Amino acid sequence: MALISFFAAAVVAGTPLLFATLGEILTEKSGNLNLGVEGMMLMGAVVGFQVGIMTQNPYLALIGAMGAGGLGAIIYGFLTITLRANQVVTGLSLTIFGAGFANYMGQKLIGQVVPESMKIFFRPVSLPVLGDIPYIGAIFFRQDPFVYLGYITAIVLGIYLYHTQYGLHVRVVGENPGAADASGVSVSMYKYIHCVVGGALCGLGGAYLSLVYVPAWQENVTAGRGWIAVALVIFAAWNPYKALIGACFFGGLDIVGFRLQAFDLKISQYIINMLPYIVTICVLIIASVRKSKEYGGPKGLGIPYFREER
Amino acid sequence: MNTNTLIKMENITKRFGTVLANKNINFSVKQGEIHALLGENGAGKSTLMNMLSGIYTPDSGSIFIRDQKVRLSSPRHAIAAGIGMIHQHFKLVEALSAKENVIAGEKKQFFLHSKKLSARIKEISQSFGLELDPDKKIYTMSVGEKQTVEILKVLYRGADILILDEPTAVLTAQETVQLFSILRKMKNAGCGVIIITHKLHEVMEVSDRVTVLRKGETVATVCTKETTPKALTDLMVGRSVDLSIQRIETTHKQSILEIKEVTVVDEEKVKVLNNVSFTLRTGEILGVAGVAGSGQKALCEAIAGLQKVNSGKIIYEEEDIVGKTPKEIIQKGISMSFIPEDRLGMGLVASMDMVDNLILKEYQNQKGFVLDRKPAQKKAEHLIHKLNIQTPGIHHPVRQLSGGNIQKVLLGREIDLNPRVLITVYPVRGLDVGSSYMIYDLLNEQKMLGVAILYVGEDLDVLLELCDRILVLCDGRVTGIVEAHSTNKEQLGFMMAGEEQWEQEVEVVD
Repeated sequence: MALISFFAAAVVAGTPLLFATLGEILTEKSGNLNLGVEGMMLMGAVVGFQVGIMTQNPYLALIGAMGAGGLGAIIYGFLTITLRANQVVTGLSLTIFGAGFANYMGQKLIGQVVPESMKIFFRPVSLPVLGDIPYIGAIFFRQDPFVYLGYITAIVLGIYLYHTQYGLHVRVVGENPGAADASGVSVSMYKYIHCVVGGALCGLGGAYLSLVYVPAWQENVTAGRGWIAVALVIFAAWNPYKALIGACFFGGLDIVGFRLQAFDLKISQYIINMLPYIVTICVLIIASVRKSKEYGGPKGLGIPYFREER
Repeated sequence: MNTNTLIKMENITKRFGTVLANKNINFSVKQGEIHALLGENGAGKSTLMNMLSGIYTPDSGSIFIRDQKVRLSSPRHAIAAGIGMIHQHFKLVEALSAKENVIAGEKKQFFLHSKKLSARIKEISQSFGLELDPDKKIYTMSVGEKQTVEILKVLYRGADILILDEPTAVLTAQETVQLFSILRKMKNAGCGVIIITHKLHEVMEVSDRVTVLRKGETVATVCTKETTPKALTDLMVGRSVDLSIQRIETTHKQSILEIKEVTVVDEEKVKVLNNVSFTLRTGEILGVAGVAGSGQKALCEAIAGLQKVNSGKIIYEEEDIVGKTPKEIIQKGISMSFIPEDRLGMGLVASMDMVDNLILKEYQNQKGFVLDRKPAQKKAEHLIHKLNIQTPGIHHPVRQLSGGNIQKVLLGREIDLNPRVLITVYPVRGLDVGSSYMIYDLLNEQKMLGVAILYVGEDLDVLLELCDRILVLCDGRVTGIVEAHSTNKEQLGFMMAGEEQWEQEVEVVD
């Protein structure tokens, strides 16, 4: 029973990672390496929380969070797609900007909690039939609606990327923008759209932390989860389905320290808290050793596209 | 033959910064004709075609398609107008399958209908005599197959105007024959085909009309039947050019470099060189022929010490140089001018000027901590003078020089070190006729001085005329070493495809 509740908690802890990872997959698939995930998550977290407190409406809170994440992505997109600035530097600046934005907006929010009406909305709901499956039901299908939204997003994204014409275009843009352009695909438009939608998903990931996971405002609520999401994209080999598994795994690592406290182990708390980050480093090492054309990243990742380049 | 005009380009002008790439160009293509576009590097052929395919937009001038004035401001417009372009560097996504590449850019449907698509692709392939597995991933394909995908992509969209930018540069003789038969089929189906190429014999073989560009202007449009390769070259260069390559006979041929059973295994555990043995002699040019990626790169890098050799020996003056560092090998007098596809890859640093590029190879011989640029400056000026390099000055970044001049800088630097062995890889790739002959002359000059030259080339005609012997590689194996004067293109083609032929090999005469 303890194991099942641990796994169920891992899914919850993995949900903000899942949204951020899916957002970054979409962004990177179109050739944008946006390292501002952490920043966009923080922007989403603070705006979502603020709107939630003001309106007490969960839908508006989510829309606000998506808008904030998307806004961050628009800044990034304008700099890298239109002005062709360096993607890495721009992404890092976005992280710093997002953190500052959230700290400023959040000054008055410290100590505030999510209104009761919204807590009720985000209460775990057991899905009919699926929730009754032994073990699996308890782990995956007795969660809050936000978690289900994560599953749906991952599946929709998978179908979109691999089975639709538009998804194919996204992959072509990310792999070889020159080829996409020569085929009549508007490279800038695809980059902008997927960058912004990706940012909106990152914003949702942040909002899950402040609205459901904590659920109160605290400074630096993301605590480096945006960076783990960036590594998770590589771990998942840019595949939304694998991102689902990866997010649950890293969610588990995130809470394992807290759970182990009950067992009175002789390992320092700090070492266990390091786990997700150590695994992240390992993932990056394995990913760079494993070289495969099909499971590697998009070829055009990180390179601004200019049609008349000679 | 139908004489309806498909494309008419009138007074087209295009500038890049201060460079006038196209100046008042007039060009037209009729239905059912193959029209060749000739010109030296920088004559503006690719620029002109890129405007037709919507990649660039002309600064002034107008384009008519089927007598309708059009504005092709993006590739989408060009595609809608029935224009399909096959670029010199394929615009394909390596990680995707053939059919995914073919339908990229389509807008007709939301979901991908995999099976229907495969059937449609097979149907088109059969009607034009193409062979292709729609589910094969691009990165597992040969160059010829990749080109087939590009052609299919154009056909799938129902284009009736096909532009090919140097399509045969990377193909084997057999693949070229196949390509030409496809082009003729398209022509008979009423399409207009434009082909850009440097190879005159191909122009004569396949085209109906030829337009010659020089320095961004149209020089002439002639019917292929009424012209000769010589006349075309003269038009292209603007003066009379001698088209024969000399093969100088030298006497003192001594073996200098012996490659013995060399095997190289790459990262993916593939044998890129498999038990390769041959001897390189002073005062001779040994040509290396083979389809791109048959192990040429590994062979040259192994000799230069850049590639780890798994087994075998490379004997230079009775000493095994396997395992020595590139620096030690350079000091022994083995010089490699490696010219990869992009020319500026391994040989030179694009953003640095000539002086710094010269210092790159000699700084190790300098004493002290601070570089002394004076000798290199003198050398640069000497090279400019000796090789007639066209550059605004020795401090101009080499990136901005034309291809031929970059090549001269590279070869000039190598030759200046007085090497005993010179390895050149595709030294004339992408160069026009004039520059190519300049490079051949330079190589012949070195040969007369007794340098042993390994010449990795792709144009079989040139290999046959320039080299003394030709070594053929196929999948990392040597399929034959033949005397150049007693073989022909067909035989080389078969050897490149993997048929071993040894009877012509002549024993090394020391």
